[in-house]
Amino acid sequence: MSPELLIKNAHIIDPGQSIDITGNILVSQGKIKSVGKDIKETGIPTIDASGLVACPGFVDLHCHLRDPGFEAKETIASGTAAAAHGGFTTICCMPNTNPPLDNLAAIDYVNGTAARKGAVRVLPVGCITKGRAGKEITEMKELSNGGCVGFSDDGSSVSNSRIMSLAMEYAASLNTPIIDHCEDTELSRDGQINDGWVAARLGLKGIPAAAEESIIARDIALARMTGARLHITHVSTAGSVELIRNAKKDGISISADVTPHHLTLTDEAVLRDSVKNGISFAYDTSAKVNPPLRSQVDIEALIHALNDGTIDAIATDHAPHSAEDKLCEFDAAAFGISGFETAFGVLMTLVNTGKIKLTTLLACLTHKPAGIIGGKCAATGILKPSSSADIVLLDLNKIWRVNTHNFYSKGKNTPFNGVDLKGSVAATIFQGIFAFRDNTLEVTG
Amino acid sequence: MPEKVLLNSADIERALVRVAHEIVERNKGASNIVFVGIKTRGVPLAQRLAKIILDMEKVDAPVGSLDITLYRDDVSSLSFKHVVQQSNVPFDISNRHVILVDDVFYTGRSIRAALDALMDLGRAETIQLAVLIDRGHRELPIRADFVGKNIPTARNEEIKVYISEVDAVDKVTVRKPGAGGGEEHE
Amino acid sequence: MNDQKLSISGQEALPPLSIESWQHRHVLDLDDFTRDEINLVFEIAEAMSEVIARDVKKVPTLRGKTIATMFFEPSTRTRSSFELAAKYLSADTVSLDSVKSSVAKGESLIDSLRTLQALGVDTIVMRHPCSGAPYIAAQNLETSIINAGDGCHAHPSQSLLDMYTLRRHLGDLNDIKVVIVGDITHSRVARSNIWGTKALGIKLTICAPPTLLPHGLQAMLNKCGLDHVTVEHDLDVAIRDADAVMSLRLQKERQQSGLVSSIREYIHLYQLTTQRLALARPGAIVMHPGPMNEGIEISREVAYSSQSLIEEQVTNGVAIRMALLYLITGGKIR
Repeated sequence: MSPELLIKNAHIIDPGQSIDITGNILVSQGKIKSVGKDIKETGIPTIDASGLVACPGFVDLHCHLRDPGFEAKETIASGTAAAAHGGFTTICCMPNTNPPLDNLAAIDYVNGTAARKGAVRVLPVGCITKGRAGKEITEMKELSNGGCVGFSDDGSSVSNSRIMSLAMEYAASLNTPIIDHCEDTELSRDGQINDGWVAARLGLKGIPAAAEESIIARDIALARMTGARLHITHVSTAGSVELIRNAKKDGISISADVTPHHLTLTDEAVLRDSVKNGISFAYDTSAKVNPPLRSQVDIEALIHALNDGTIDAIATDHAPHSAEDKLCEFDAAAFGISGFETAFGVLMTLVNTGKIKLTTLLACLTHKPAGIIGGKCAATGILKPSSSADIVLLDLNKIWRVNTHNFYSKGKNTPFNGVDLKGSVAATIFQGIFAFRDNTLEVTG
Repeated sequence: MPEKVLLNSADIERALVRVAHEIVERNKGASNIVFVGIKTRGVPLAQRLAKIILDMEKVDAPVGSLDITLYRDDVSSLSFKHVVQQSNVPFDISNRHVILVDDVFYTGRSIRAALDALMDLGRAETIQLAVLIDRGHRELPIRADFVGKNIPTARNEEIKVYISEVDAVDKVTVRKPGAGGGEEHE
Repeated sequence: MNDQKLSISGQEALPPLSIESWQHRHVLDLDDFTRDEINLVFEIAEAMSEVIARDVKKVPTLRGKTIATMFFEPSTRTRSSFELAAKYLSADTVSLDSVKSSVAKGESLIDSLRTLQALGVDTIVMRHPCSGAPYIAAQNLETSIINAGDGCHAHPSQSLLDMYTLRRHLGDLNDIKVVIVGDITHSRVARSNIWGTKALGIKLTICAPPTLLPHGLQAMLNKCGLDHVTVEHDLDVAIRDADAVMSLRLQKERQQSGLVSSIREYIHLYQLTTQRLALARPGAIVMHPGPMNEGIEISREVAYSSQSLIEEQVTNGVAIRMALLYLITGGKIR
C-alpha cells in the first residue's frame, strides 16, 4: 500500500490520448505522475509489465450492485471486488435497489458504503421517477448534487410519454444524461427470450425487437423535442442501431452502450447445444436476460455499430442473482447475467477473430463511457498526469477457463461458465492501490 | 463347435403324434380341451397338436397364443426390455381343460409366468403342460404332463428348437459350451 | 388358427424390433425419438391394448414399482389415463395435486421433485404450466421423468397416441397427409406432433390464423429441417385431400386477449364442419386431443360422426401410456 508504484515495460494503450507505446507509468500518492518511455525511478515498488497491456481502468456505465435490499445477490463490497477482478475501476450502479435510489438518503448510503467498503469507484445512477413507478419525477437536482451521474428507471421503462418528456427536460437542464432502458412492456409482457425460432422451438413466449425499437424511436423524438442528453443502454437489435445512427446524423444528443453478451451470444444460447447424459440442457436460465439475446444479424449490426461509432461504449449490465433465482422453471427464473468477471475475456473473442480492433475496444471501455458521464467525477478514462491512478493491466495471451467458483461476485449466473477465453485482467489499480492482482504478478522493491 | 442334431423332422412329428394320443387318452377324448401355446414356438406346436387331434377325433380344439413377457419375474433386473407382443386367447378358458404348450421345458419360470397369465384369463378346470423337449434343471416345483422327448443336458449346453412355421426347418439341436454366442430358447 | 399377428388394418406385421435400440431414460419430447423407437412403442401398445380389453385388466409387470403423478396444471383425462395405465401394470400410484401440495407453500419445483425422489418413487409423470420444467427435473434428479405436458412445448404421449390411432386405421403412415388446425402458438400437442410426424414420414399441414402461429415458426421449421411441414391460413385449402384432420381446442381466453377477432369469426373460418370435412379424402379420420369445445373448433356432427376417432384416442392413450411406463419403469437402461 505504498504511495508510489512504477509500472515498467508495459504496452501502454490509451485511446483517449491516442497513446500506443511501450513504456512506463509512474504512480504517486494515488495519482498518475507520468507516462512515458524515459521514466527511471529506483527504490520504489515496481511491476514488470512486459508482455502486458496497460490502459486506463475500465468504466462501466451500467451495473447492478443489489445493495441496499438484495444483499443475498450482491453487496457493494462483493460487487466492487468483482468489478476490480474484471478490470473496472469506475462503475455506475443502477437504482433498482430496495429502497430504490430515488432519494438523497439512499444515494448517501451508496456513496458512504462504497467509500468504506468498495474496492473501486462507485457512481450512483438515480431514478427518473419515484420508486421507478413512472408517475412522479424524482428530485433530480438534489440527487445530482448528491453525486448521481445519470438518471434511469432501469429494469423498467417510463411508459407514460408525457412523464418521460418532462423528465428529459428537467435532466437536460442539469446537463445529466438519461440512461434509458427502452422496453414497451405491453409488447414484452410475459416474454422470456427473443421472439425468434428458438422461442417457437421451446414453446416460450417471445420478446419482439419492436419492444425495444418502439421506445427508442419515441425517446429519440422526445430528445429532439427537449434537448435532453439521451443515452440508450443495452442496445440489442439491428433496428435499434439504425434508429440511433439516424438520430446521430440528425444531430440529436444521443449515445448508446451494448453489453458483452449481446455482442457474442444469440438466443441459441438458451438451447445450449451440448447434450449431456442424453438429456438436452435446453432451457438454460443462465442465458435469460433482458433485453434478450437476439440473432446473428443483430450481433453483426451491433459490432458494426461499435466500429462506426454509432454505439459509443460497452457496459456490462452486471446483474447478479442467487442460485435459487435461476435454478427453477424458465418462466420463473430471474433475468440477468453476472458480467463483470467475464467481460474482458468475452470481448477479446471479438478482437481475436478480427471483428473489432483492440484500440476500438479499449476506447469503448475507457474514455468514451467516461465522456458520457461527463466531468462529474474523477473518472476520466485516460492516463493523464495528476488524474486518479486508475489503471488496468491486461494479459492478452492468457488462456483461461471461466469458472464461477473463482468469481468474486455472489452472482454465479453466467452462460459463459466452462468456456475458454483468451485475454484476462492481470491487475487492477484503483487510486494507486491494487484492487485486484493476479498472484503470478509480482511487485518487487 | 457346430450344433449336433438330436431330433430331425420325422422324430419331431412322431413325438407330437404320441403326445397328442396321450392328451386324448388322459382327457378321455378331445371335447373339452383347448390349447394355449407360449410364444413363440409353443404356438405352432400347439397348432400341430390340434391338427393331429382333429384328424384323430374329428374335434376342432381351439388354439390360442400367450405372450408371457408382462408376467416375467425378471423385468426389473433386465438391462434391456423384451418386446411385448399381443396375446390372443379369443375363447373362454373357464371350465375347460387347458393344454399349455411350450417348446423347451427348462427352469420352469416361463411356465410359472404362463400360469399367472392364464389365471387372469379365467378359471380353467385343469391346466396341463405339454412340452416338446424336457432338458431338466428345474428351479421351481413344476412338472410337465406330456413330454415329447427327455434330453438331459449340462447347464452350459444350448438346446435349440427349430420349427418350420417360424424357422423354415424342423429340428432340435444341441451345442456344447465354448461355441460362441447364441440365444437360449427358454 | 394362424397366430401370425396382423395389425388391425390387415397390413403386414412390422418386422421384429430390436429392443436394444431403446435408449431413453426419460420421455420428455418426441424430438429425439427415432422411427424405430416410435414403432417399438406402438408394438408394445398393441399388446397392452389386449390387456385393456380383458375382463381382468391386470398384469403383474410393474408390481412393486411406484409411479407418481405430479400435475401442476389441472387435468382429469391425462392424469387418470396415466394412473390407470400404472394400475393395469400393477404399479402403485401416488398423485400430487399442486394446489394442495407444498408448492402452494412456496417450495421450489426442484425441492418438491426431490422429495418425491427421496420417497423412493420410481417414475414421475409430470405436467407443468412452464415450458421446459421437465428438463429441469431430468437434469436434477435420478428418477425417470415422463412429460405429461409442459407449457406450450411438448406432450409426447399425446402425440404418440395420435399417431398410434392413425396407424391402427391407416397402416403405413409414410406420406399420408395430416392437418392440424387451431391455436398452434399455445399447443404443445401440435409441437410434439411436428416431431412425431417427421419421424414417421407423415406430411403435416399446420393451419391457423396468423395471430395463433408463433412468429418464429417458419424460421424454426427451416432451422430444424422440418420440411415435411407446410403452414397454411385457409382451412379449406389445407384440408383438401387430407387423410386425417386434428382439431385443437380454442380457449375462450384467446378472444379476450385479442388473439382472435371473435369466436364467431373463428368458427366461420376454422370450425371443422361436415361440409369442410367433405373436402378431405373420403373417410378421412377426425381427431381431437380433448377436451372439446363442441360448436367452436368442431361441430357436434363431426365430433360424433363415424369418421371421428376421438373416443378411440382416449382408449389408445391408456395403451400408449402403459407401453411408456413399461419401457421407462421396468428395469435399467444401460
